[in-house]
Amino acid sequence: MSNLLDLIVAGLATGAIYALVAVGFTLLWQTSQTINFAQGEFVMLPAFLMLAVMHLGAPFWLAVLVGVLLSALLLGLAFKMLLVDPMLRHGVLPLAIATMALAIGIKEAVKQFFSAEASPFPSIVPVGDVSVLGRAISLQSLGVLAVAILAVVGLTTLLNRTSLGHQMQAAAQNPTVARIIGVPVERMILLTFLINAVLVALASLLITPIYLAKFSSGEVLGQAAFIAAIVGGFNQVRGAIAGGLLIGVVDNLAAAYVSTQYRAAVPMVLLILVILFRPQGLLGRAEERTV
Amino acid sequence: MRSIILAGLCSAMLLSGAAYAQSGAPIKIANVAELSGGGATVGTNWKNGIDLAVEEINAKGGILGRKIEVSHADSQSNPGVARAQVQKALDSEPYVLLGPGYSGSVKVTAPLAAEAGITQIMGGEAAELTQAGNKFLFRTSFGQQSSMPKVAKYINDELKAKSVAVVWVNNDFGRGGRDVITKEFNRLGIKVAADLSTEAGQADFAADVSKIKAAAPDAVFIYVNEEESARILKEIKRQGVTAPLIGETTLVGQKVIELAGDAANGARGHVGLTTDAPVEAIKAFRDRFVKKYNYVPDHNGLKGYLAIYMVKATTEKMGKVDSKAFADTLHGLTIKTSTEPNILMDVTFDQNGDIDRQGFLVEVVEGKQVVKQVLPKLN
Repeated sequence: MSNLLDLIVAGLATGAIYALVAVGFTLLWQTSQTINFAQGEFVMLPAFLMLAVMHLGAPFWLAVLVGVLLSALLLGLAFKMLLVDPMLRHGVLPLAIATMALAIGIKEAVKQFFSAEASPFPSIVPVGDVSVLGRAISLQSLGVLAVAILAVVGLTTLLNRTSLGHQMQAAAQNPTVARIIGVPVERMILLTFLINAVLVALASLLITPIYLAKFSSGEVLGQAAFIAAIVGGFNQVRGAIAGGLLIGVVDNLAAAYVSTQYRAAVPMVLLILVILFRPQGLLGRAEERTV
Repeated sequence: MRSIILAGLCSAMLLSGAAYAQSGAPIKIANVAELSGGGATVGTNWKNGIDLAVEEINAKGGILGRKIEVSHADSQSNPGVARAQVQKALDSEPYVLLGPGYSGSVKVTAPLAAEAGITQIMGGEAAELTQAGNKFLFRTSFGQQSSMPKVAKYINDELKAKSVAVVWVNNDFGRGGRDVITKEFNRLGIKVAADLSTEAGQADFAADVSKIKAAAPDAVFIYVNEEESARILKEIKRQGVTAPLIGETTLVGQKVIELAGDAANGARGHVGLTTDAPVEAIKAFRDRFVKKYNYVPDHNGLKGYLAIYMVKATTEKMGKVDSKAFADTLHGLTIKTSTEPNILMDVTFDQNGDIDRQGFLVEVVEGKQVVKQVLPKLN
């Protein structure tokens, strides 16, 4: 039983990171029908940007700041203007394929410029345990969970409680009408790309100390987050969050109680079941677009 | 008439080519290693070790007056790619083939080299590799059949553990090691409290470590590759497992220490080769390596370096560059540091291509491998 609790806590911590990445998937889909298959690589890259800044002699906090800023520039602004805008005119599928190409490009570039070897990455949460209800729970798991929850709460507040959020929702639900009533739709779309870039940078900061900085580490993450977004509901931020947490826990329980070899298959099976019996996702709504 | 002239020209070219090969033409050696993918640490160290040795030998005039030329190919840590790259390398008729480092890749490439009659000096450690009667395959480090009994003996005699959790990576290397050590544990009456198979490239070890915790063993034996070793060590620290952690070579490797940081402290293991060995020649090697590459190599750097000096010593023993006679000469050969200082430690190759050399028991103390015990050469 105690073992089960440990597994669930560790699963929730990983799941929270999946959730951050999955939220990015849904945001981009909502505002610009972009399915970003490079999302996993988007999580891998910021860690390397931060490492590069640290190599120049900067302290960790500065590297994080510059890393997040560079992510917003590269993975938000440049991604939208140089890849999404020109490709989207030709439809969703060409864009999806272009993002696959981008994924390979980012991976190979990181391999080329840094190394194919893994590098250590400092943790923002100290190693150690805290006692919760008489049980030792790792600080790192709690820290990851806390940061992810804060990010998600912040995002939901932005979307639902602020005028900016309402404008973003309007731009997503009906761009034409939104434009007529004076919502700067283009700017709203750009904003979602920037939010996605910051979310992946945050995910990078949380996951890399555990998974190590490696050019290929985005593959697993991107796939898990994609499954999480579909399972939770591709058109709902809260769906992506639930999906992320669920996949994190299911993955961990599968590794412990099914087998390590088949663990990767279990989330896939869940995905197939959801597509068969609830295609809009667990919390998604059919034929509706909101952020 | 024209055909006679042509034939004459061709034979003249062939003859001059042969004469050229006899004298100053470089000795071509092919290396196929894990330069990317999960084994990048292994392959990169191995390659750098090779390049350092080649540079040293060439600077002193080469082997028997001929320079060495090494080509490097990337197996991407994938046996299928390794096979294709080895085939390509063999097509260019190298003097000797070096690598790969992963046992699975060695297993699928060894028949190709044997068929071509080319000696393959590799980094794999799986027990089965040298037990298939291949007359062209040579190790650069201990096989599992020689290292695992030493580890089991240490767990039994020094730690006095009665139950052990075994964590292994599900590939030829991991499975081979797990099979040998489990047999040893059975023989010594040590219970395997948990038998955990993990995947190569696995990122998340939370579930595996939870299982170790639940099994509450007296010691944990960890036999996975470098990056996974670092990840599991971090997770073990995160979940507060306190049982002694024992490994063989990979667990206490330099790269693991760098990646795992504090979490590597206290890990113990047997290593056949370590740059922290109390051997002057190895310390000097380490300094030269660090000077050239700006990092401390792990055992794979040593293995690559030694592979080239194996080629040098064997060729000088033959007194000629003869790829066909190479393997026969190396079988049963003892290379002493008195004749070849850069072989670093006296080493003997048996008829299977396995090696006999001194080994070390080490512990990671404050981010450094500290040698606790030197295990002498057997013969």
